[in-house]
Amino acid sequence: MKTMMRGFEGIKPLSLALRACVLAAAVATVSIIFFIVGYIVVMGVPNITPEIFAWRYDSVNVSLVPALINTAIMTALSLLISAPLGIFAAVYMTEYARRGNRLVPLVRLAAETLAGIPSIVYGLFGMLCFVMTLGWGYSLLAGAFTMAVMILPVIMRTTEEALIAVPDSYREGSFGLGAGRLRTVFSIVLPPAVPGILAGIILCIGRVVGETAALIFTAGTVAKIPDSAFSSVRTLSVHMYSLSSEGLHVDQAYATAVVLLILVIVINMSSVALAKRITEGKCG
Amino acid sequence: MDKLIVDKLNLYYGANHALRDIGMAIPAREVTALIGPSGCGKSTFLRTLNRMNDLVEGCRIEGKVTLDGEDIYAEETDVSVLRKRVGMVFQKPTPFAMSVYDNIAFGPRTHGIRARVKLDAIIEKSLRDAAIWDEIKDRLNENALSLSGGQQQRMCIARALAVSPEVLLMDEPTSALDPISTSRIEDLVAELKKEYTIVIVTHNMQQAARISDRTAFFFLGEMIEYDATEKIFSLPDDKRTENYITGRFG
Repeated sequence: MKTMMRGFEGIKPLSLALRACVLAAAVATVSIIFFIVGYIVVMGVPNITPEIFAWRYDSVNVSLVPALINTAIMTALSLLISAPLGIFAAVYMTEYARRGNRLVPLVRLAAETLAGIPSIVYGLFGMLCFVMTLGWGYSLLAGAFTMAVMILPVIMRTTEEALIAVPDSYREGSFGLGAGRLRTVFSIVLPPAVPGILAGIILCIGRVVGETAALIFTAGTVAKIPDSAFSSVRTLSVHMYSLSSEGLHVDQAYATAVVLLILVIVINMSSVALAKRITEGKCG
Repeated sequence: MDKLIVDKLNLYYGANHALRDIGMAIPAREVTALIGPSGCGKSTFLRTLNRMNDLVEGCRIEGKVTLDGEDIYAEETDVSVLRKRVGMVFQKPTPFAMSVYDNIAFGPRTHGIRARVKLDAIIEKSLRDAAIWDEIKDRLNENALSLSGGQQQRMCIARALAVSPEVLLMDEPTSALDPISTSRIEDLVAELKKEYTIVIVTHNMQQAARISDRTAFFFLGEMIEYDATEKIFSLPDDKRTENYITGRFG
């Protein structure tokens, strides 16, 4: 008790005020999160009924299952397009390009700029390019390509960071045994970078799952499991947007929000766990 | 018989003239030590012997290095084959993030050996030659990063031996190790020179005196003196060599 008192005696008014500000900010942040999550849970959980998990969507029973399946297909397809491109671009930039290569800073600048563009701009681009010019219409394919363009810079930058974190001694050791660059990159440098690359990919999954604006413009809002790559589809986020804007099934929109929230939390937690594994790997 | 002959070797990092007119003949099946203060060019010189400096940007080399009479900087030289013949052990252990087995098998696999039986035999022989077989024969499937520093370094020596090199370049291989591990590696070097030609960079003059047959003293990018180790450490010709080995600078 005495030491505590002494602790307070020494504190100047300014630092006491600062301390209060810091505490207030922390409390505010946490309470906002709790309020949002709590509100959605309170409004949504009672509306989670077996009916909304029906196989088919119709105007009476607004099932979210087609949207859930579409979300999975959309995510997988956009990753299939952008992950190889992004990873190989990063391999080129860190392992092949020579220092002083003028292309590298240019690509890096482009990637950073792309990462900061609002998603609606991607949506507009996707509509003009894939939907109209290429004539794919509102479709799974147009949506997936738009998403791929959007997440490409993120995958590229996270892969680059992961590759840079691999110690040069690995490369030297490999070259010293007579291995060429290709073998060094694929057998020695890439494997320890996998957790970092994976963390980036999970971040991108989160972005695709949460996207609405760009997808409304490119993939449309049809709540069916697609027949082909050129079918219009709606993902969970778009489903939620549609339900709440139509105003007829707001309760189901809240239920969808709960499902979406759980999905995003799971994805973020696995991303954190992976990131932790990398930092541990670095020390070992 | 001279294994490696270096003639009028000059090396530049951009505008920096890092090695000046180096000429020396390195005899086969002997240990040649390179000593000198930090930044004198001994590690750089070592790396010219298997062209590891090719990887450094802005590095330019003039002069000639021959291995068994063949110019290693000739256009037709296959660098991969050269590095198989002239292996390297680095200052810090450089285990790859994979099992001990895969670490050692990496070199032979690079050079086309795939058969499991053959690989098993190579791995046992290299680990025995590196005096670490008994310690880790039951841990071959463990991640190499879980070995101790001294074990990692001997594993790296085994990994270098696994491609059956003719020359082994060692760049301060004991500077990151404890005294017990150091003395093990020194014993190992004495054993290995029966089969291999060894060139070792060392900061530790006692180590050079203990394990080498010949010693070269490098200073400011020049090779000041190169002679039998006994001669260098008892009656050096050059005043600078004498000052260095008696600890007056460095």
